[in-house]
Amino acid sequence: MLTLGEKVRKIRSKNAGPFWITIDIFCGNKKIYKEVCNKLTNSEIINLLMISEQQLKRFEIDDLNVIKFSFPRKIIQGDIFDRDMHGAQLAVLLSEMKF
Amino acid sequence: MIPIKVLVPSGVLGLGFDLEALNNGVKNNPDIISIDGGSTDSGPYYLGSGTSKYSRAAIKAEWKSLMIARKKANVPLVIGSCGTCGTNKMVDWMENITTELAEELNQNIKIAKLYCQQEKNFIKKNSQLRKIFPLNPAPMLTDQLIEEMTNIVALAGAEQIQECINTGAEIILAGRTTDTAIISALPLMKGANPGSSWHGAKVVECGALCSTNPTSGVVMVEFDKTGFTVEPMSKNAFCTSETVAAHMLYENADPYILNEPGGYMDVTYSNYYNIDKKKVRVEGAKWHPSKQYSVKLEGAKIAGYQSSLLVLLREKKYVENVKKWTDKLSKFLKKEINDRMDIDTSEYSLEFRHIGLNSILGELEKNIRSPVEVGVLCLITSKNQISTEIAKLINPFLLHFPLSSNEELPTFAFPFSPVHSDRGCVYEFALNHILELDNPMDAFQIEILEV
Repeated sequence: MLTLGEKVRKIRSKNAGPFWITIDIFCGNKKIYKEVCNKLTNSEIINLLMISEQQLKRFEIDDLNVIKFSFPRKIIQGDIFDRDMHGAQLAVLLSEMKF
Repeated sequence: MIPIKVLVPSGVLGLGFDLEALNNGVKNNPDIISIDGGSTDSGPYYLGSGTSKYSRAAIKAEWKSLMIARKKANVPLVIGSCGTCGTNKMVDWMENITTELAEELNQNIKIAKLYCQQEKNFIKKNSQLRKIFPLNPAPMLTDQLIEEMTNIVALAGAEQIQECINTGAEIILAGRTTDTAIISALPLMKGANPGSSWHGAKVVECGALCSTNPTSGVVMVEFDKTGFTVEPMSKNAFCTSETVAAHMLYENADPYILNEPGGYMDVTYSNYYNIDKKKVRVEGAKWHPSKQYSVKLEGAKIAGYQSSLLVLLREKKYVENVKKWTDKLSKFLKKEINDRMDIDTSEYSLEFRHIGLNSILGELEKNIRSPVEVGVLCLITSKNQISTEIAKLINPFLLHFPLSSNEELPTFAFPFSPVHSDRGCVYEFALNHILELDNPMDAFQIEILEV
């Protein structure tokens, strides 16, 4: 079984201001984009990130073949318990997901 | 209208740019040169302490190139968010650098300084008047929280930068400003399409990040009545409709909406197409002005004083049981700290992170395997400077603490001396709010000087 990271062109994550994280999945082409849109559920994402459903925003951007997730950080950027200020390593969690 | 060209040398002053590309930009007759000087992207320390992330030498070297370029182009040069955090002190720091360079370069310049820092009493008063509203998520705003903050700034928008341009200043040193306002201000003033003025500004706010060659830095964006055209200035960089459109996603929670002082921009119905190999044309963004003008506030307060220790484990038994080891050690240390120093656990935080296991993702890590070696990072944060003394108490136990009582005393690897590092004062963000203003200049001041 492929991982999501092997399936799509690129997955990146980044802080969007100190209070939010955003994840972009660049699918690469329309066929894979449609497939990921259909198969990747919000409940998988909230389980993976341990956030509540109300916190998750999902965007499907047809023109770019991109699926985007945004959610408020549990730990604000630079807080003493923050482990990754820019949240850029979080994308790995989605990359390594079985798809 | 005559189209307005804005030259953006890079995403932020201090990051570097291609000098040849900057010269190409100057040859293409810009109407203004705009560069960002900071953001909250590097964490709360810079706003908390009111200092710059980049070295003065790096800032001075790059600012020198831009002051020379400005003179050649004979147009205004604008920097927003001076000195990373955009406090008043950092605007003056930038003025000091500019004055030094003006003398070295033998330039006579009219400077406008825009101050964006907020007095605590002004914020308290506006809070009482219910002119301050939380964004999501935001800490509860109380007078005590306001009192605890070391620095509070309001983000200037296009209106405040336009006030500065109208003074006829050749160099504008602005405190905290939205990344986009330094770029959108002039085209908006000259009658360019409002939605496109903000959209174009958003696309180039990180310089050549909207192109195929991000490190080249320099881009030109041209605004007119119906849209904007973006072109990288390095001969090795190209903009494609995809690189340009994709930039709306970057660091943005919402890929269609961008909130700015005075309204929001919506790019849902934008069209992107390549004019040639390098240039992309964009039209269709809409600007929605709000009924009430407001600006965003940023603030930071002291989170505590921090010391850290690092120990490295290679012995298999300890590597495999490192979580158990630190749990046991943590319990032991808390008792020692209480017994010997009379400090309760409520007065400090003691945290162990396992480098090699899950130090980045913590409880979210799915892929935990036993590594060859593991680093244990110990972080102590206390309300006062006692963290150093706590670190010193911890030191021998971190070196020798055994897993079981019936074994020879182990000794782990300390990678340096001293083992503890004082990280000094650490800060946290304490505001995510907007402030309503009757007049855009109500929370900002302009000062003019000639050097």
